[in-house]
Amino acid sequence: MKDFRFWGLLPAHVMMALTLIVPILIIVAVSFATRGAYGGFEFSFSTEAYRQILFNEGWTGELEFNPQYLLIIGRTVILAALTTLICMALAFPVAYWITLQGRTARVILLFMVTLPFWVSMIVRVYAWLIILGNEGVIEKALKLTGLVTDIDTLLFNSGAMLVGMVYSYIPLMILPVFASIEKLDPALIEASHDLHGSRAVTLRRVILPLCWPGLAAGAILVFVPCLGAVLEPILLGGGKIMMMGNLIQMQFGGARNWPFGAAIAILLMVLVMVFLLLNGLRATRRAMEEMT
Amino acid sequence: MESRKKAVEIRQVSKTFGTFQALETVSLDIYDNEFFTLLGPSGCGKTTLLRMIAGFEEPTTGQIVLHGSDIQSLPPHKRRVNTVFQSYALFPHMTLEQNVAYGLENLRWPKDKVRARVAEMLDLVHMSKFARRRPQQLSGGQRQRVALARALAPEPEVLLLDEPLSALDLKLRQAMREELRALQRQTGLTFVFVTHDQEEALDMSDRICVLGDGRIQQIGSPREVYENPANRFVANFIGETNFFDVDVLSVEGDQAKVRTPMGMELTATQKHVRPGQKQATLSLRPEKIGLDDQASGQILSGTITSTNYLGGFTHYVVRVGDADIRVSRRNDLSDTPTLAEGATVKLGFSPAATRVLGQ
Amino acid sequence: MANRTDVRRYRGLGPFAALFFLWLYLPILVVIIYSFNENRLVSVWSGFSLKWYAAALQNQNLMNAVKTSLSVAAIATIAATAIALMAALVLVRAKGVKFRRLSETIINLPLILPEIVLSVAVLILFSQIGFSNGFLKLVVAHTTFCTPFAFLPIRARLQGMEMDFEEASADLYAGKWTTFQRVTLPLIAPGVFAGAMLAFVISMDDFITSNMLNSGGATTLPVYIFGLIKQGTTPELNAISTIIILVSLLVAALALFIQSRGGGSMIDD
Repeated sequence: MKDFRFWGLLPAHVMMALTLIVPILIIVAVSFATRGAYGGFEFSFSTEAYRQILFNEGWTGELEFNPQYLLIIGRTVILAALTTLICMALAFPVAYWITLQGRTARVILLFMVTLPFWVSMIVRVYAWLIILGNEGVIEKALKLTGLVTDIDTLLFNSGAMLVGMVYSYIPLMILPVFASIEKLDPALIEASHDLHGSRAVTLRRVILPLCWPGLAAGAILVFVPCLGAVLEPILLGGGKIMMMGNLIQMQFGGARNWPFGAAIAILLMVLVMVFLLLNGLRATRRAMEEMT
Repeated sequence: MESRKKAVEIRQVSKTFGTFQALETVSLDIYDNEFFTLLGPSGCGKTTLLRMIAGFEEPTTGQIVLHGSDIQSLPPHKRRVNTVFQSYALFPHMTLEQNVAYGLENLRWPKDKVRARVAEMLDLVHMSKFARRRPQQLSGGQRQRVALARALAPEPEVLLLDEPLSALDLKLRQAMREELRALQRQTGLTFVFVTHDQEEALDMSDRICVLGDGRIQQIGSPREVYENPANRFVANFIGETNFFDVDVLSVEGDQAKVRTPMGMELTATQKHVRPGQKQATLSLRPEKIGLDDQASGQILSGTITSTNYLGGFTHYVVRVGDADIRVSRRNDLSDTPTLAEGATVKLGFSPAATRVLGQ
Repeated sequence: MANRTDVRRYRGLGPFAALFFLWLYLPILVVIIYSFNENRLVSVWSGFSLKWYAAALQNQNLMNAVKTSLSVAAIATIAATAIALMAALVLVRAKGVKFRRLSETIINLPLILPEIVLSVAVLILFSQIGFSNGFLKLVVAHTTFCTPFAFLPIRARLQGMEMDFEEASADLYAGKWTTFQRVTLPLIAPGVFAGAMLAFVISMDDFITSNMLNSGGATTLPVYIFGLIKQGTTPELNAISTIIILVSLLVAALALFIQSRGGGSMIDD
């Protein structure tokens, strides 16, 4: 027990240093290395991996602008942002409604919100594959209405990925939002009405501002994993409509271009850091706490 | 008094948290078998002092001695003192029995002795029939009793009580005062009791140490600190009083001749005036002043500016010259009618009832 | 619909919430229903059958994947919980710890990094140091990203617990180790349990890292299922999914039950 302060923290720090911090530094190094002849990489300083994000190298070494990867990066950011916004729009009313219920109902409903989250992620994404798939539930329903007769496929587009991501991450939005609404003193809402604020005014000027910390925490919890999504683009996007997550994965899998994969990973990390900094440290800490 | 055995000696102890000085250098002795109270407003350092005796805080300077041996280097679990915590801190995952047995088990008492002592202690605080319950199933007063039993069980050399009554409601608090006092007499143990409630302190203590602003203001019996407060802080903190700034004319033993701002010359009782002191504060308790027919001794005349009927007493504020004097009158058997605001009244007090305070 | 005197209510919230819950549970229901389909083709219903469950339970590769997942999750959970518990005790209870905030941030780092980055990091690390045991690779990586999930509930519980209990224990002659065993640990047990539970579920559920580190003999359940999905949807896959769904729901309900019982012990009423 002599200095528990030291060796109590030691395992945690050694582990994080060896399996996370040092490896990330290695990624940085690899992103500046050159591609090995048989996959992997060779250490010789080069910015080729980063150049490759924007340019194609022609036969004679001339650089030709190539928007392909920029498109993937843009799509990733937009889809992650859209997922976050949709999650907010869905989670807020639902969480608010749950807080209005009685004690027991509240516990049960909150449990019901988190329940799907306990089910394996891959199973949940797979479920949407069935629903949106050929001859799936939605396609059949649409055909029954007679409005649509010829559907190529509902899968393999950005919309399908969006649905999958919202479905995957919505509980991470509801929990912090619920916590912040529950903390809201009902007397504040009554005070707003007492001071002649309508329901709309009260929502806009009292409820939403006071629940903003919860929404911000939820935004972090949803946006960050969305930026790095892998399963949704592979399964629901069919691997053709890519996001940064599966682009990175490809470089370490089939494509075997480690430096390029490392460069994209670094870029992804930078995007996350910028987003977290924009949100502020306080919101980030709060989000980490809301995880549980 | 001095011949009695010292239980706790606080020697030149001070405590600083960061830049905040919680306790200036203090020294005091607590004797065996006494009910000793540390009284003061919140933030005066009384709890800090108690926690230093228990070992939860380390004195910045100084030494704490328990029955003649320096316990400075001992961690809390090796000090033969026990604490009744303000929150009681009863372990929620243990039954009452297990709570009371906990200290004995740590002292490696044999099992049968533990069982006997636990039964004895629970019986002492009338909680035997709840032995198998958990703390959450008890009322505040019951928890208080169990906390006492738990702290008494290991036969500590000194029992420390950190505002143990503050979480109870008024009626229960008064009942528990009696019980605590009786328990102390019964066990003959030294109690060090921390409170901010002056009535509690007056009611229960053998001696009171009044703490204020991290300093000892006065140590004495309840009667002493009330009747002969050492200074303005004590007079003000314990009970109510009227203050007058006076000039000291002469001092002879327990008597001091002073002149009030109104020009009146009085011979007042004094115990704390330092030699050569020219300015002093005169204290006159509201209940030592008679009104109208009860006025005797030094007579003044004034106008009533407010009356507060409080059941057993009526409080008046009387304007005399440009001073407001507070007077308290008992509503006794004769059922005296309340005097009206604006009425002119006679005030009377005995100069012996006035006290010249130290600085 | 909104009650005129209850100003907290807003019109249309109820139906909105109802639709939301329908949307939340519909996909799960669809998987369950189709798992009983007799037909080889997922989308063609030709009668009720349990034969796909029989097929799933006889699938040796599936059973191996389950075994791998459970073993990895069990070891990673124990390691992560132990590491997190020690760190939380120091960070919440010890006095005068330097760089407390930095330490916490380092422990929580896996939470704010996209998992794909973490998986690339460990992949490169393992390839560089020539570490080739597939199972151990999984255990190490899972322990890393499970640690913050175990850490946060334990820390929350410790923070919510007054120092009084530990002081009372020391006051009653208990040394540090006795106090930890008999007072601190029992009181934070619900937090430790919640943390371990969370770590276990996160490990079982992991796809990205496990897929990146996938090698022969170390295929976890999600990675195996991913492989099946890539071969096309089959009713057997639905049966497997249904079993996973039911087991998860059972575990979740059990966890909630234990939590609500354990959590009650510190609440005074």
